[in-house]
Amino acid sequence: MKIIVSVKQVPDTSGKVAVNPDGTLDRASMQAIINPDDLNAVEAALKLKDETGCKVVVVTMGPPPAAGMLRELMARGADEGVLVSAREFGGSDTYATSQILAAAISRIGVEKDDIVMCGRQAIDGDTAQVGPQIAEKLHLPQVTYAADIQKTGDTITVKRMLEDGYMTIKVKTPCLLTCIKELNTPRYMSVGGIFEAYGKPLQTFDYETLKDDALIDPTTIGLKGSPTNILTSFTPPLKGAGLMLNEGDDKANCEKLAGILAKKHII
Amino acid sequence: MDFHLSNEQLMLRKMYREFAETEVKPLAEEIDEEERFPMETVEKMAKLGMMGIYFPKEYGGAGGDVLSYAMCVEELAKVCGTTAVIVSAHTSLCCAPIFENGTEEQKQKYLPDLLSGKKIGAFGLTEPGAGTDASGQQTTAVLEGDHYVLNGSKCFITNGNVADTFVVLAMTDKKAGNHGISAFIVERDFPGFSQGKHEKKMGIRGSSTCDLIFEDCIVPKENLLGKEGKGFKIAMQTLDGGRIGIAAQALGLAEGAIDETVKYTKERVQFGKRLSQFQNTQFQLADMHCRTQAAQYLVYAAACKKQLHEDYSMDAAMAKLFAAETASDVTRRAVQLFGGYGYTREYPVERMMRDAKITEIYEGTSEVQRMVISGHLGVK
Repeated sequence: MKIIVSVKQVPDTSGKVAVNPDGTLDRASMQAIINPDDLNAVEAALKLKDETGCKVVVVTMGPPPAAGMLRELMARGADEGVLVSAREFGGSDTYATSQILAAAISRIGVEKDDIVMCGRQAIDGDTAQVGPQIAEKLHLPQVTYAADIQKTGDTITVKRMLEDGYMTIKVKTPCLLTCIKELNTPRYMSVGGIFEAYGKPLQTFDYETLKDDALIDPTTIGLKGSPTNILTSFTPPLKGAGLMLNEGDDKANCEKLAGILAKKHII
Repeated sequence: MDFHLSNEQLMLRKMYREFAETEVKPLAEEIDEEERFPMETVEKMAKLGMMGIYFPKEYGGAGGDVLSYAMCVEELAKVCGTTAVIVSAHTSLCCAPIFENGTEEQKQKYLPDLLSGKKIGAFGLTEPGAGTDASGQQTTAVLEGDHYVLNGSKCFITNGNVADTFVVLAMTDKKAGNHGISAFIVERDFPGFSQGKHEKKMGIRGSSTCDLIFEDCIVPKENLLGKEGKGFKIAMQTLDGGRIGIAAQALGLAEGAIDETVKYTKERVQFGKRLSQFQNTQFQLADMHCRTQAAQYLVYAAACKKQLHEDYSMDAAMAKLFAAETASDVTRRAVQLFGGYGYTREYPVERMMRDAKITEIYEGTSEVQRMVISGHLGVK
């Protein structure tokens, strides 16, 4: 059994967000970090490794420096890394990216008892599209927004967190899961793990490696093959702090709440 | 000299920094205020391999190097001097002498638990009458059949309240002077061992510092560390290594104070200008940074020499002397730049200033370091 985790290096948007004149993110001026939801996916995979002894392979598409991120994930406990990197892949949107990653994952090989994991969405694009698109292209069943994952034999029980509640789904391997931050707290790299990380296998899949895969069509990869057009990018205004009605008794709070809602013509 | 850090060391620095910011910094004020040993942090550090960084994996260490260890102490000290000295004393003063002088049986018996952080280590050299003059040991060890009987007391023992394993120095032959001192591995549970009063300190208040008392303490003969009469040499070698840890602690304190001061002076406005816009602030911080950077080179050079098994005694003394005096100077200037707010416990620089002072005193005062350095220069 192995778990393939698709990860992405993203600009740290917790600080100042820089945008290019064409509306795309100015990645060069921002610090690169591991996409937070992807860290939850890696942690989920490492927990299953702790329980079952399975192998964890991390895969990313990006420029050569993204290899450093893969080494960091190996320092946390991942066994192997695959860097998907080529000029031909540059500028890909979610549609093109998922084609390339699906081809890479297919080359790594998805066996009967394997799982593919992704973070729910990346903080740079916030689309949550790549994971589900990979699943479709690999013809894998997918369960998104995993807040809890339990494995018994070849059955995975996933608790999905939705806006209005939870949904529990059972799925058989092989499958693809997308993970959310509520799933776990990612572990730190360990000192021993760091000293082992650079001895672990790291492969690079370039265009030559993947070009024979049916998904790698020059017209549907890279910037030219990406149907997305960015009209505009902007930093959304900050939401104001919420109002907590937790002082006084419940009845008084309910009356106050009703008053506020009535004033806004909501009720 | 090559100051290029390896990929592993760069990654370690990132990990130490993330751990220090997330797990250590939020507790620093509280453990100082309450004089509370941060056991929960030690447990987390143990899981990450931070209690045995530069020891081989075969004994349960992380398989790293001395510089990686010094960087760990440095990064911890940037946010909490207490947490830094816990790691330093455990590693340099207990794990190192056992690793460097122990028999294979002793290493197999004690190192796995110490290096994995399951047990905490401490070092008992200082006595009420034997501080800087470490040769004035009054604690005695008398061989009786298959064990030694220890009598006497030690004071100012870092990690004393919480340690399970101690490296203790005692006189086995009073007439022989320094050559009559021997080293022993003492377990907390040995009959006749007890701990004395907890010291209330000016700084590093979360660290445990107490007396150790030996009243007919029975120590098995096989727990003699090194040969009988070679204890003083073991103690001096141990302190050479320990100085790298304390120098790294001092370095981190200075760096942490600079980080806080840069942040504060860019925010605080007086006379319609940010403090950072005044030339005094700029020049002060430039001087503080230069000294601290120089201290870092000395500390890293000493750590690299120890790693290469070169003679690093003078390098460690220079690193500790310079880093400690830098830490005291830089943290004092930081408090001054903060003004009245720096003197309050609302900001961390007063704690850093209190923590920095001890680095000029323990594991050899600055005066002792000057003696070591001038001795190496042949100035007698």
